[in-house]
Amino acid sequence: MRVRLGSGQWAAWAFLAPVVVYLVVFYAYPLYRNVELSLRNYTVRSFVRGDAPFAGFDNYLKVFDDPAFGPALWHTVVFTVVSLVFQFTIGLALALFFVRNFPLSATLRALFLVPWLLPLIVSASTWTWLLNSESGVVNAALGVVGLGPVNWLTSPDWSLWSVTIANIWIGVPFNLVVLYSGLQAIPASVYEAAALDGANRRQRFWRITFPLLRPVSAITLLLGLVYTLKVFDIIWIMTRGGPSGSSTTFATWSYRLGFGNLVPSFGPGAAVGNLLIVAALVFGLVYVRTLHRRVP
Amino acid sequence: MRSSASGRIATGLGLALLAACSTPSAPSAVEEAPASAAAPSAYTIWDPYPQYDGSSEWVRLLEACGTQAGVTVERTGYDTSDLTNKVLLAAQQGNAPDVLIVDNPVVSTLAEAGVLTTTAENKLDVSAVSPNLLGAGQSGGETFGVPIGANTLALYYNKDVLDKAGVDPASVTDWAALTAALEKVTKSGGKGITFSAIGTEEGSFQFLPWFWGSGANLTKLDSPEGVAAVTLWTDWLKKGYAPNSVINNTQTTSWQEFATGEYAFAENGTWQLANAEKAGFPYGVIPIPAKAGGPAPAPTGGEFVSIPVQQDTGRYAASQQLVACLTNGENSLKTTTTLSYIAPTDSVQQQQVAADAKLGVWVEAVKVAKGRTGDDLGTKYPKISEPIWGAVQAALSSSKPPQEAMTEAQTAAASATQ
Repeated sequence: MRVRLGSGQWAAWAFLAPVVVYLVVFYAYPLYRNVELSLRNYTVRSFVRGDAPFAGFDNYLKVFDDPAFGPALWHTVVFTVVSLVFQFTIGLALALFFVRNFPLSATLRALFLVPWLLPLIVSASTWTWLLNSESGVVNAALGVVGLGPVNWLTSPDWSLWSVTIANIWIGVPFNLVVLYSGLQAIPASVYEAAALDGANRRQRFWRITFPLLRPVSAITLLLGLVYTLKVFDIIWIMTRGGPSGSSTTFATWSYRLGFGNLVPSFGPGAAVGNLLIVAALVFGLVYVRTLHRRVP
Repeated sequence: MRSSASGRIATGLGLALLAACSTPSAPSAVEEAPASAAAPSAYTIWDPYPQYDGSSEWVRLLEACGTQAGVTVERTGYDTSDLTNKVLLAAQQGNAPDVLIVDNPVVSTLAEAGVLTTTAENKLDVSAVSPNLLGAGQSGGETFGVPIGANTLALYYNKDVLDKAGVDPASVTDWAALTAALEKVTKSGGKGITFSAIGTEEGSFQFLPWFWGSGANLTKLDSPEGVAAVTLWTDWLKKGYAPNSVINNTQTTSWQEFATGEYAFAENGTWQLANAEKAGFPYGVIPIPAKAGGPAPAPTGGEFVSIPVQQDTGRYAASQQLVACLTNGENSLKTTTTLSYIAPTDSVQQQQVAADAKLGVWVEAVKVAKGRTGDDLGTKYPKISEPIWGAVQAALSSSKPPQEAMTEAQTAAASATQ
């Protein structure tokens, strides 16, 4: 009787309830299920009956031992790093270009957003046609300048580069938009002062634009990283992770394990998915740390 | 009153949670069970034909069969790749459909999961069905459904391209003759053959006629016969008889290549017949040749009708009537014509050929076809199939020579199925 909740506290809990329920139903529970899935030895039979035996880290060991693990890890790293570097560089260059506000710049900028607005299945299918070894436009163009046809999607040496190029194309608009708005937030007076002091263009970029853009760059890169780690549609539509695994990343591998076979292996599939979540989480924490240090 | 109201809220919330956690379209038929007890009860049917809507011939047939069995039918069409997981989830929650129509290699998986009833339990009559078609639905001596119809693979050819090259399609009866024909076609400026070798089940499906046609067995992938089949495809690619794009082709994109009219041959299935008529060039169909001659056994495609396990076993009687209605005698002719399949029974096959002589080749092909999960492989098949498509891709993209690719595939398959 002594710990009676005042009416104010009840109201507080009532206001809190929707967001708590939302978080639990849509975030905590699925995440918990995914972790549980990866710690049990599921077969189709035990999946239906719900009596899968607890297997500890067996699924993770199985995944680490798999001959596909090393290549998939390497592909994920290459795909992510190369995508991020080019998306960011091209996005920043375009943002610097558009921030000068010339006639028609708004129209042009809108055009650059097209890759971002298209449904992924449309852009990925289009890239598949463009890069087709037999009838693709890219090989036809290469033929005109006298270069031999490249088996973009069907050669193990090229497939990873092909999906990376497509992913860069899709990611540039996002970088452009965020960095462009970041550039507009830098006060013009700083540039004027620098100009008075005789700073040239290179100095103005490296001494003013780049440092002042750092917080925006950090969040752009972090979001880009999380987004690129989980890219699945583009790769699956363009190459199915092939030929013979040469463009398989963790995301497509996880899907293949869980859903790509007539007899699904839910456990290892969930384990690979969790590794991806952990990777994204680590970089998220690094970001929060660096942000924390800068804010006094 | 109070308690029942709050109980209902709790159930509602529970259902909402289930729906949220599984799939947006999970049926809530359980909810309505008491309400529908008085009216003719509703029987749910799931099929992998989302292309047919409520006004289609197929759905009307389902409804007619429902009326005959004295029940109403609630039918949902799912994408075939979604259906397996939907059924597994539904079975986990105890609301599997009453009648399930599912792709034949999935049957053994669902049977293994304990989702399907056997013909001994549900009293379905399968005596008239050709044994080679029924094989895909059998494991451990039990039968888990009835094939609703069958399709398989054969070689389509473009008459114009063959005439120009001076090739008689009737002469293509073994591998050597086919390769010779491809050489002639390529020399005459045409393109040879297109097929699908994509890194999914589709790729294995297309490779199996050559694998089996060579005399190889799924339990030993690296036998000389198995390696010969991979070598055949690899050599075609190296010599330019087949385009490099086959490595990434689905059966649909492979068909699109053939539809350009440039290719002499395409390996494809019964389901492309309607498109072949529209292709705008004279075409024909021959069986896929075996290495030493004669038609090679191709894998059977097509769905099985089965009756999933229910808590209320009293429902099986009406379900059995529904399935019998879809698969018996003259209805089978109607069903297979509607779905453009070859019938699973001899008598109906003869009626089909009588009505349309062009189906003759396909009936012959279906007769020599084999179930992928047959030979008592069951759920082992998918674990063998994945290394196969991997090896085929590795050899075709020249990342490994055929022998090495198949040896590695055999090691992987052996360790996955032990």
